[in-house]
Amino acid sequence: MQYKLTFKDYNEALKQNKILGLKCGSCGNVNVPPCVVCCKCGSSELDTCELKGSGTIQTYTVIKVAPENREPEVPYIIVLVELEEGPWIMGNLGGVKPEEVTMAVMGKKVTMEKASVYAGDKYSWGDLARPLFTLLN
Amino acid sequence: MRKVAIVGVGMTKFSGKQNKTAVELFTEAATDAISESNIKPGDLQALFLGNCLSDFAEGQMHIQAFCAESIGAAGIPANRYENACASASAAVRDAFISVAGGFYDLVIAGGTETAAKMGTPLATRTFAMASDGRYEFSAGITFPGVFALLSHLYSKKYGVPIDKLKHQMAQVSVNSHYYGARNPRAQFQKEITVDDVLNSFMVATPIQLQDCCPFTDGAAAVVLASEKVAKKLTSKPVYIAGVGQASAGNLLTQKDYLPRIRSRELAAKQSYDMSGLKPKDIDVIELHDCFSIATLIALESLGFFEYGKSGEAVEKGETRIGGKIPVNVSGGLKAKGHPIGATGAAQVYEIVKQIRGECGERQVEGAKTGMTDCLGGDGGTLCNIILKRGW
Repeated sequence: MQYKLTFKDYNEALKQNKILGLKCGSCGNVNVPPCVVCCKCGSSELDTCELKGSGTIQTYTVIKVAPENREPEVPYIIVLVELEEGPWIMGNLGGVKPEEVTMAVMGKKVTMEKASVYAGDKYSWGDLARPLFTLLN
Repeated sequence: MRKVAIVGVGMTKFSGKQNKTAVELFTEAATDAISESNIKPGDLQALFLGNCLSDFAEGQMHIQAFCAESIGAAGIPANRYENACASASAAVRDAFISVAGGFYDLVIAGGTETAAKMGTPLATRTFAMASDGRYEFSAGITFPGVFALLSHLYSKKYGVPIDKLKHQMAQVSVNSHYYGARNPRAQFQKEITVDDVLNSFMVATPIQLQDCCPFTDGAAAVVLASEKVAKKLTSKPVYIAGVGQASAGNLLTQKDYLPRIRSRELAAKQSYDMSGLKPKDIDVIELHDCFSIATLIALESLGFFEYGKSGEAVEKGETRIGGKIPVNVSGGLKAKGHPIGATGAAQVYEIVKQIRGECGERQVEGAKTGMTDCLGGDGGTLCNIILKRGW
């Protein structure tokens, strides 16, 4: 069975500021990250869809010690966001100083300002995009 | 299914960079386990080896074949297990299955790692390879970062204010160092205080340096035998009463359960059901305290305390010797050290020694049963093993 949405296509779309997912024709679940069968019901009736890019921060951390080659990025904020369509996604939070962020951001609404792209290193599959969120209001 | 016993164990000192290769470390642990088992290396029928990083640490792939030859058992089938931090637990579990199923009578399992040798930047990068390289590493996640995300989630979900939770987490590290100071093979044999933890530098909020296990070089090995063979070799066989293993996708796919680790709940149930034991029947546990919060999360999913309540129990001393369930009396990953591909076997080593009553100052008096709990990646692998005195 072939993937309808591969990591490469997901990543390329994200670089164009679009979060793609797969909507299940059987149970209606929206699957992000992409999969070959619905993670909820196992159906392969999946169609590519675009998500709105808005959601709610579930949790966060400020990374102070980075992996090799990513030292120039610290400190940076990682958030887990529940998208309006249901899935959770991992991204970064911008527009807030890392030293000022507290647990008060949990539950706040965010939207994807744009994608941010890590160029990758000798181990990674290639360049890697992720959403850069900003707080609404 | 046949009964399977552990008849001998071995473990190197755990420490920072040791100036020994991963093959040499494993060979030292394995030859101790072999000699304790009253067998010759040539009696072994197979090797199950946990190892994650030797490709990156030493440019050494295929280490299992070199280990088999090095321990004096050239020619036996040798397989390598890479299940992130749960590698050696998975190796021991598969070794158990192969003997329980009747294919082998006498095998060796264990693990080896030279993680300290790599230095922090490369070690942090390679550890992060156990998270999802496509959908998680893109955002710059690290392993302290994963457990930092879970810490904030835990605080909010169970209504434990973060300052209170930080104090409870610090006490977890203090306990580990208290026992590490009483384990001659531990990496850190020095007690620390709650203030030492709370004053250490921030790695990923709210996880500080002293909430984290170290990078470690070390190895451990155990010899497993069928009941019939075990009875000929030792008067003190320690039986594997139950095992459990489960997997999960990346953290995002676990959203309905977090901060609980679903794979742990599946694996623990398997091991309890197989052994016929319940949490109240376990005398001592070695669990996966890669970060202090991980201990609190584990204790709840394993059924020792209610959700959101394990921090209070830790502060009351319920996880120390004399409390409800002695936890990580070896010093745990935090103080004993965490050579990732060897950790699961080192946990089994400690429980076997506890059941045999050989742990000196850190002995849990009269321990008859014990459990290990080893987590790989961000919950991608979870393996539990329950052990029981056989005499």
